[in-house]
Amino acid sequence: MNLTLRVWRQKGPQDKGRMVSYQVTDVSPDMSFLEMLDMLNERLTLEGEEPVAFDHDCREGICGACSMVINGTAHGPQKLTTTCQLHMRTFSDGDTIDIEPWRAKAFPVIKDLVVNRGAFDKIIQAGGFISAPTGSAPEAHSTPVPKADADEAFDAATCIACGACVAACPNGSGMLFTAAKITHLGLLPQGQPERDSRVVNMLAAHDEAGFGGCTNAGECTAVCPKGIPLTTIGRLNRDFIKASGKR
Amino acid sequence: MAVTGVLLVLFLVVHMLGNLKIFVGAAAFDHYAHWLRDLGSPLLPHTWYLWIQRAVLTFAVVGHIWAATSLALRAKAARPVKYAHRAKVQGSYAARTMRWGGVIILLFVIYHILDLTTGNLNPVADKAHPYANVVADFAPGRWYVTLFYTLAILSIGFHLRHGIFSALRTLGQQTEKGQRRNRAIALGVAVVLCAGYLSVPFAVLTGLVS
Repeated sequence: MNLTLRVWRQKGPQDKGRMVSYQVTDVSPDMSFLEMLDMLNERLTLEGEEPVAFDHDCREGICGACSMVINGTAHGPQKLTTTCQLHMRTFSDGDTIDIEPWRAKAFPVIKDLVVNRGAFDKIIQAGGFISAPTGSAPEAHSTPVPKADADEAFDAATCIACGACVAACPNGSGMLFTAAKITHLGLLPQGQPERDSRVVNMLAAHDEAGFGGCTNAGECTAVCPKGIPLTTIGRLNRDFIKASGKR
Repeated sequence: MAVTGVLLVLFLVVHMLGNLKIFVGAAAFDHYAHWLRDLGSPLLPHTWYLWIQRAVLTFAVVGHIWAATSLALRAKAARPVKYAHRAKVQGSYAARTMRWGGVIILLFVIYHILDLTTGNLNPVADKAHPYANVVADFAPGRWYVTLFYTLAILSIGFHLRHGIFSALRTLGQQTEKGQRRNRAIALGVAVVLCAGYLSVPFAVLTGLVS
């Protein structure tokens, strides 16, 4: 396969940045998207050019490091897939592919396609700890959890904090991420003592970081590689209304 | 957004039911309009109820616009650098057109008040006989009024389809099953209100009401 890439190049946080075109030839359809970029970078390095910087780590879809908007869609055209698990067979010979970083004020570009997602850490920190005794693992049946709740909490816990929800949101909101964390802990008995303060503090940190407000447009869940459902945002809203009523 | 929106939806339902009285006849429709002015009597003096309702609705509209504006400004600030290539992923037409749709609806409401409440833009403007005003409004010769009215009502329909879904979610609807019900309610209310509101001008246009 021969492709034309239009990649966002930005030297540093202060640089203005621009889209730059590259031709890549002899791409195997079995390559992952990141391997295709590796190939481009090897060539750029040999030619004495600066390679394209992008985040990546596990390359098996579980770490949440890779973060690219491919042809206008976070993580590219394939549903429930991170960029690293996207394969070149999804594209056709001769395609032009636009590659951009996540765009959000809360996620400033560090270089090329790498953004700083520290704002998510701030939200997690604001959520604080849960009151659970540490030490040896507790007896599994000492705190019964209904199966349905355990499943739903687990589904929410599969969030890998990649930030695709923010990248896709027309409002630049990080509500799906925040809601996934609220749902994950709010459904389990271990998450109850701090349930009220958690939702209030995490939402405050979310707004403080410069994310936009949620209008339930649903773009986030459409691009989420883990399929976090939009209903989690309803759980966050309900927890927030309850917590606000108690203060 | 959600609380003011719910107030406005409740008003839309009652207003539509009032409109449908036109199919009962001129006397019934006019009588309904006069009754609205004496609603709450003798506790409330003449037209007081109407003014209270207008105050509540104005409050709701202003609150709704204020919330929408602050959300839009936050959204603009949250993404200072735009995407060069932006795909429509989920692409719910209703969700994407909430803001401009809202502006169209506001312009329509202003026109609608000048037309059928104050009468400034109505060809008959007979306050004692609102039935005559409505019939004159949607006469076949004034097809452009009917066209604008239809477009405005359809915008309201789209606005409601996403708006009702979104309001219920904001108020804490949180299960998958509830979400399916929620989408069905939003679509159902939007379709019923559109049909109810559009039945009046088309009844006049086809001569069913004259």
